[in-house]
Amino acid sequence: MNESDLPSFLLDGEEIPFTPGQTVIQAALTAGHYIPHLCYHPEFVPHGSCKVCTVKANGRPAAACTLPAQAGLAVESDTDELNDLRRTLVQMLFAEGNHFCPSCEKSGNCMLQALGYDLGVMTAGFRHFFPDRPVDASHPDILLDFNRCIFCKLCVRASEEVDGKGVFSLTGRGIMRHLIVSAESGRLADTDIALTDKALEVCPVGVILRKHVGFAVPIGRRRYDERPISAQALDDAPRMMEPKHG
Amino acid sequence: MAEGRIRVATASLAGCFGCHMSLLDIDERLFELLEKIEFDRTPLTDIKHCGPCDIGIIEGGCCNAENVEVLREFRRNCKILVALGACAVTGGLPAQRNHLDLGACLSEVYLTEPGLVNGQIPNDPELPLPLDQVHPLHEVVKVDYFVPGCPPSADAIWKILADLVAGRTPRLGHGQIQYD
Ligand code: SF4
Ligand code: SF4
Ligand code: FES
Repeated sequence: MNESDLPSFLLDGEEIPFTPGQTVIQAALTAGHYIPHLCYHPEFVPHGSCKVCTVKANGRPAAACTLPAQAGLAVESDTDELNDLRRTLVQMLFAEGNHFCPSCEKSGNCMLQALGYDLGVMTAGFRHFFPDRPVDASHPDILLDFNRCIFCKLCVRASEEVDGKGVFSLTGRGIMRHLIVSAESGRLADTDIALTDKALEVCPVGVILRKHVGFAVPIGRRRYDERPISAQALDDAPRMMEPKHG
Repeated sequence: MAEGRIRVATASLAGCFGCHMSLLDIDERLFELLEKIEFDRTPLTDIKHCGPCDIGIIEGGCCNAENVEVLREFRRNCKILVALGACAVTGGLPAQRNHLDLGACLSEVYLTEPGLVNGQIPNDPELPLPLDQVHPLHEVVKVDYFVPGCPPSADAIWKILADLVAGRTPRLGHGQIQYD
């Protein structure tokens, strides 16, 4: 199909073509337009929990990662109002966990941190919770640092859907929400998690970490040192709508 | 007070002086800066108390009663207060003790640590009492601007200072905002 035959919607005044079935964020990223997001992952069914991707569709707030693209929709995303909201969400995530970036192995490769940079978040603003969340170092090759979990559920989904294991789950509601390991002992060592599991790859922050390889890439050469997350996300987006000739 | 110069005070609270080192790292731009500002209380001048100032810059969070007192003195005297660096902005690495009991921390360090002989928890009236948790500055006083980074780069510090001295709202561009 030619791009011009496709239905389209407006994103910040620009026409975005889409294939029916795509969400607003998928169509936008495919067309080279960035909408900030955190819990959305191109390979997984959207979870719609972080709300960082909130846009206004025909004037109503909606999560761009779950909103189906529809012809004629007028979507606002890059506005002061929405970016302020996104900043506040990022600030709350920082205040809720224990994020000590200078001592975090994920630093420089972390989506939460990179979003903060891109949105210009200079402070968490709120009173920090400083919660008590002991780490799980029981596994010989994998460390779990619960202090940094943002409850995006990506590891839960990856472990269930791709690895076929169900190593992780989220439990509790609201502020009591937390990640647990599905073993009677509650320890990672007593699960069948393996270094090759998809669950290890998907965590956007520094919770599920390979041991023995921390800080291997020097500052300046890490993923988001080189390019802001807004540029990186576009590189990573599937480009199934490149114009097909003939 | 030299005519027309902007008066600046700085202090390091529960920090490591890394942010001050990074400030000095602006190198020869310091000369340019010194034509426009003069220092009040800072580790560079050794003035002990902060007088009325245009800009106060604080490195480090609050881990003890003296930190709180100094911070309040800065807030009272400075028109603009800047939290400089990860510790001032978030509590930083010292705040990694926040989920631990203070009494347990003190006894591990001073009493039960292997190799200690006749250890005792310091209790001199001259010593400021530690707070039960380390607090970022904005949890204690109103902070006008935040500069994250451990430490913020010299370029980021220069940009903030240059903006403030020129009377602009300080802003950092991509690559200048860093949390590590
Ligand atoms: S997970 Fe990300 S935001 Fe949290 S401490 Fe690590 S690098 Fe910083
Ligand atoms: S551990 Fe990582 S992937 Fe799993 S829910 Fe927490 S932040 Fe998401
Ligand atoms: S990315 Fe859409 S809700 Fe998280």
